[in-house]
Amino acid sequence: MAKLRYACDQDKSVLMNNFEARGWIQVSPEDDFNFYWANVQNIRNIFSIEAGYRLSDDQFINHFPNHMELTRKDLMVKNIKRYRKELEKEGNPLAEKDENGRYIHLDFIPQTFMLPSDYNLFVEEFRKNPNTTYIMKPCGKARGIGIFLVNKLSQLKKWSRDGKTSVFTPPTAKETYVIAKYIDNPLLIGGKKFDLRLYVLVTSFKPLKCYMYKLGFCRFCTVKYNANINELDNMFVHLTNVSIQKQGDEYNSIHGGKWTVQNLRLFLESTRGKEVSDKLFDEIDWLTVHSLKAVSGCISNDRHCFECYGYDIIIDDNLKPWLIEVNASPSLSATTSSDRIMKYKLISDVINLVIPPGEPPEYDEELATSDALSQEMKSRMGAAAGFRGARDRRTSTWK
Amino acid sequence: MNEKYSETYQIELFKQLKASKLYSDLFNAAQEEVNKPSVKLSDLRRTVQSALKDSGWDRKLRNAVYKHIQNNTTDVNPKYPVEYNKERLGYVLKAQQAWEKKILKSLNSMCTELSIPLARKRTEREQKDLNQRWFELGAEGPDLSAIRPVYAPKDFLEVIIGLSNTNYRSKTESGFNLWGIVQPPLSVKSMDELRFQYNEMSINQCQSGMDDGQDLSMELFDLDRYKLGKKVIGVNHGPLASEFTKKGSAVGLRSELWCQMLGVQVDDVAVLYYEQLKTNVLQHELLVDNLLYKDVKLTATNDDHYFVFEDFLYQVLLPFSRDVTVLNHLMNNSTITPAKSYIRGRMGLEDSAVYYPPNGVIPFHGFAMYVSPLCYLYKEPIKLYYVFREFFMRYFFRLHCLSSHPQGILSLSLLFETLLQDREPELFFHLKSVGCQPLKISFKWLMRAFSGFLASDQVLVLWDRILAYNSLEILSVLAVAIFSFRKTNLMKVQTFNAAEGVLADLTTLQVVPLIQLTLFCKT
Repeated sequence: MAKLRYACDQDKSVLMNNFEARGWIQVSPEDDFNFYWANVQNIRNIFSIEAGYRLSDDQFINHFPNHMELTRKDLMVKNIKRYRKELEKEGNPLAEKDENGRYIHLDFIPQTFMLPSDYNLFVEEFRKNPNTTYIMKPCGKARGIGIFLVNKLSQLKKWSRDGKTSVFTPPTAKETYVIAKYIDNPLLIGGKKFDLRLYVLVTSFKPLKCYMYKLGFCRFCTVKYNANINELDNMFVHLTNVSIQKQGDEYNSIHGGKWTVQNLRLFLESTRGKEVSDKLFDEIDWLTVHSLKAVSGCISNDRHCFECYGYDIIIDDNLKPWLIEVNASPSLSATTSSDRIMKYKLISDVINLVIPPGEPPEYDEELATSDALSQEMKSRMGAAAGFRGARDRRTSTWK
Repeated sequence: MNEKYSETYQIELFKQLKASKLYSDLFNAAQEEVNKPSVKLSDLRRTVQSALKDSGWDRKLRNAVYKHIQNNTTDVNPKYPVEYNKERLGYVLKAQQAWEKKILKSLNSMCTELSIPLARKRTEREQKDLNQRWFELGAEGPDLSAIRPVYAPKDFLEVIIGLSNTNYRSKTESGFNLWGIVQPPLSVKSMDELRFQYNEMSINQCQSGMDDGQDLSMELFDLDRYKLGKKVIGVNHGPLASEFTKKGSAVGLRSELWCQMLGVQVDDVAVLYYEQLKTNVLQHELLVDNLLYKDVKLTATNDDHYFVFEDFLYQVLLPFSRDVTVLNHLMNNSTITPAKSYIRGRMGLEDSAVYYPPNGVIPFHGFAMYVSPLCYLYKEPIKLYYVFREFFMRYFFRLHCLSSHPQGILSLSLLFETLLQDREPELFFHLKSVGCQPLKISFKWLMRAFSGFLASDQVLVLWDRILAYNSLEILSVLAVAIFSFRKTNLMKVQTFNAAEGVLADLTTLQVVPLIQLTLFCKT
């Protein structure tokens, strides 16, 4: 196989080792690259109208131009809400609701509002259930920065006033927040809260081709969970982000509070039975597919792009999974040795799926069109059967 | 009861049954039957018996008898001296006693060095405080910086290597065990005998924990096993559960199957008993607690498979150290002579002697790993406690005391060496000639029953087979299998450290295919 030229914005060993293991040659992003692992800022520049950059057939890049539709907290919520309404309008059975007016199959994100724009809607909802805890997150930040919990309206005064004073200048991503109902009954293991980090590779949105990585992990808090409102300020109790937990005294650098999804499944299946745990993991697969379907209409489906998302999911004590957010560039720094192995394999599998190893195939127009057709067909059939097709297409390492 | 069980054994069994809750339950049920109007006086015995049988009491009684037989050795003869009943080989018993003395000495010297007592009553306030923290004992443990484990597998291996029968002279120059380091001439099973014993694991039979989940036909197999397993559980009969588990248990059914095989039932009495043990922990602080704490901190807390269960481990291990049921069992069934301690100031007075620790077990480095894998199966600490206790009393205690029992660590080590020599002579010879005795690497695996070395799911798959075949011999077989499997790399090593490096990470191994390879494949 010809030596590919790669460019990379992140000096991360799991990336570099993979490129080097394949004998690829490093070039700068300005040069002619075949494969570019870019960070999010550079993507914005490449795809901006001013740049006028055109990718050629032998070039691949690791983000979709407007991935923010999925990976910015407020836009994802907006898109999922719209998707649900569309399905409902179509009379799709997936949009079925129960007697309380909640979606049966599509209720997988916690109730969420935008601040400041939805402030009044939020207040209305808050007055209905005044003793609920909400979580405030800045839209454009990651790794748990700027997050806090609120349970009184007075704590939000700032956003209501700010919203009114700056009516004429629309708020930027930095100033906007999403406020979401806090999952205050998370499933606890050993008394501690955790969330799931799962990796999902998308190689195409139309038709949707996605792969779920088998080796996801659970991130545990180091401190026992406590729903007491006095502990609302203690972020070691509530936030599972490794970057936060690392600062705690109880942080263990050997395992880093990370537990594999296989172990979680072993534990759940052993203690609660096969049916229950199968259902949970099925629902997680579904929620991933729905979240991707929700944005497949608005993401520009550039065939040079692929993206490896980090899905954050919390399971509550009724074993219902909730999608918290989707990350466009999940951390590739390794905190422990097993973490390094897992992430190395992740990148290796991503590359193998995007650029299958071996000689480039002979181009055959007839075959190519028929292939495209059959894929179109598959996706339609998938839609009819409730997208099962999307899952069947996952490869073996990627279940 | 046939002649296999001596009269005294039967009397002991009846005595135990009479003292159990089952007896009073059975008695009450029988009385209820008698009071029914349909019962005729002339036919009393037969009707009551059949009614009890129909309502499931028969099965419960059978399970209780089965459990007793599993847990208690049959060859105790009251005509022999106590010591002889514990261990037929005098030199083994002597070595065990010398070893116990040594452990005790190092425990005592730790006490003097750190000037902490073996036991101490907690003040009211301390008790209250501990009770409040009971479910998060890991968070604010005692200061452990000065505490060190009393002994590690390595130290125990030294004792085993040094053990030999002074009266024995072998006809060949090199002794009985040709290349290995275990000297005592015990009889261990041959490969053929093991093949026969583990017949159900052979390659032509599908196994849970390996053949499931691969492709569609295997998914069907898995589903079939699951359905069958549910039926087996419904019957609630120990021997049947064992028979089923010989081919592995489905993950979702394992916890229940294990309970049935071990005869664990958590009833009100069991809950009360556990609470009593917990109270004992709250009232008194033992030096052993610190050892247990330290062990959890050194092993499970740092293990990416088990760290989430840290607090459960304390809730099991601390009460366990107070459980005299364990002590009584060890006194009757093992070579262990529990250590005695005297109330302060009354040294040497038999009246004021107490066993220390109350359960007679001084933990070694890695002891917590006997409990850790079980945490995947039971989320209720009490159930976890009883399953662990049964597991310990039936199997694990044999892994850290010297005896000539075919399941004892001595026999398992010897079995490992003879099997490896039989199976991989070339490899054994190479390792031996570069100064790397295989047992020096595999001993810690055997002593911990592979817990903490294999991936957590594989430990459970392995322990499935221990329970189902009611034998620890599978541990030696697996150890040989691992050496065989890594043979190519091991043949290249020139130093002990290099060999240890090759065998350092076992988390990627699949237990069942490895065992099959060793037992059922011709080389």
